[in-house]
Amino acid sequence: MADRYITPPLTDEMVEELRIGDQVYISGVLYTARDAAHKRLVELLDAGKPLPVDLKGQIIYYVGPSPAKPGQVIGSAGPTTSYRMDAYAPRLLEIGLKGMIGKGSRNQEVKDAIVRHKGVYFAAVGGAAALISKCIKKAEVIAYPDLGPEAIRRLEVENLPVIVVNDAHGGDLYEEGVKKYGIPT
Amino acid sequence: MKKVSYEQVVEAVARLCKESNYFLGEDVKAAFVEALEKEESPTGKDILRQLIKNAEIAAAEEVPMCQDTGVAVVFLEVGQDVQVEGGYLYDAIQEGVRKGYTEGYLRKSMVEDPFNRKNTGDNTPAIIHTRIVPGDKLKITVAPKGGGSENMSAIAMLPPAAGLEGAKKFIVDTVRKAGPNPCPPIVVGVGIGGNFEKAALMAKEALLRPLGQPNPSPEVAALEKDLLEEINKLGIGPQGLGGRTTALAVHVEIHPCHIASLPVAVNINCHASRHKSISL
Repeated sequence: MADRYITPPLTDEMVEELRIGDQVYISGVLYTARDAAHKRLVELLDAGKPLPVDLKGQIIYYVGPSPAKPGQVIGSAGPTTSYRMDAYAPRLLEIGLKGMIGKGSRNQEVKDAIVRHKGVYFAAVGGAAALISKCIKKAEVIAYPDLGPEAIRRLEVENLPVIVVNDAHGGDLYEEGVKKYGIPT
Repeated sequence: MKKVSYEQVVEAVARLCKESNYFLGEDVKAAFVEALEKEESPTGKDILRQLIKNAEIAAAEEVPMCQDTGVAVVFLEVGQDVQVEGGYLYDAIQEGVRKGYTEGYLRKSMVEDPFNRKNTGDNTPAIIHTRIVPGDKLKITVAPKGGGSENMSAIAMLPPAAGLEGAKKFIVDTVRKAGPNPCPPIVVGVGIGGNFEKAALMAKEALLRPLGQPNPSPEVAALEKDLLEEINKLGIGPQGLGGRTTALAVHVEIHPCHIASLPVAVNINCHASRHKSISL
């Protein structure tokens, strides 16, 4: 377990260095997308149309922020539960997406796709939304404004803290955590 | 007959929507501090510290502690000697939610239809539960409930032969299955007995009880203690990253039921266990 500092776009080599349990600080650009935006992105791919954002080497943050108060860059912005994006994630990894930030476990298809396409899944601290928003320096809606909190946003972040949960080597920190601290009854 | 105006209800609800999302209850904060002392996992400890800091920032800056400011669940205790003047009580509740979520920069998460998914834009409709009680007070509780933890909740219509052991197994299994998804450390609300909808409502009402306050019945209190111990043996830990603190509390409510039935409902709340009340 190590402290690492990364800036997207990510390469295969950068992703391969990350291991479960690593504390990672991300700086640079992230894109937000959650349920409804994912549905639209995959529909575009199915129709053979271009996406509103080039996801090659990029990281998607699963978040639906609360509205910014006057003077704020963004409202509270913690991760949403990731399994709802499981149906879409392998497709996006296939076209070059490298990282995902959310909370909670992924299904086997996503974990396999992470290994196959050399990706990484990070967890941010669920509910720590006021704290996390401090790392977001700029935010703009770049697609699907009609989706409100679910619109795709381009974020500029500085040292956003996340933990590697699923790495490109097949590791799963949630499974390891339960193995380590579970007490058989 | 005591009179309460429509406007008073609107204002009270708007205020409660904001305050419940900005200010974490003292009971939950105390539970974080207690968990921090007991937690063995260094990552788990770090997460608990972050949650304490997050609650402090949210309160100081009056911003939502979690971006998911929830479905506005509103519990009403209407004294039978109270009269609401100037409009329909439920309209006042909805208007209060509209006002509170808009003025308070709270996220609007309600969609108007489960299939077309179009956002209503003001977080209405609230889900309202009403109880008529003796007296001349109107008690309003606003309990914003996030989707992540709500999705991990479950109900079982067990056969009576399943008994206490069957009920316990279902409750612990529900938490095990939820794993890291509902933002542990969680608060577990349980309703046992009644019927299908009564059990679910009791499970949700159980979340309103201050953390650390056991059920008044010694048998039920013992069950709560037992369940909390079992759940914290699962090893899920803060954020599911492993540790001793999977749940901060288990609250159980029970009710008489039919000879054929043993309903058990489990309503899971994330660590942001939010609710604020006012009596008019």
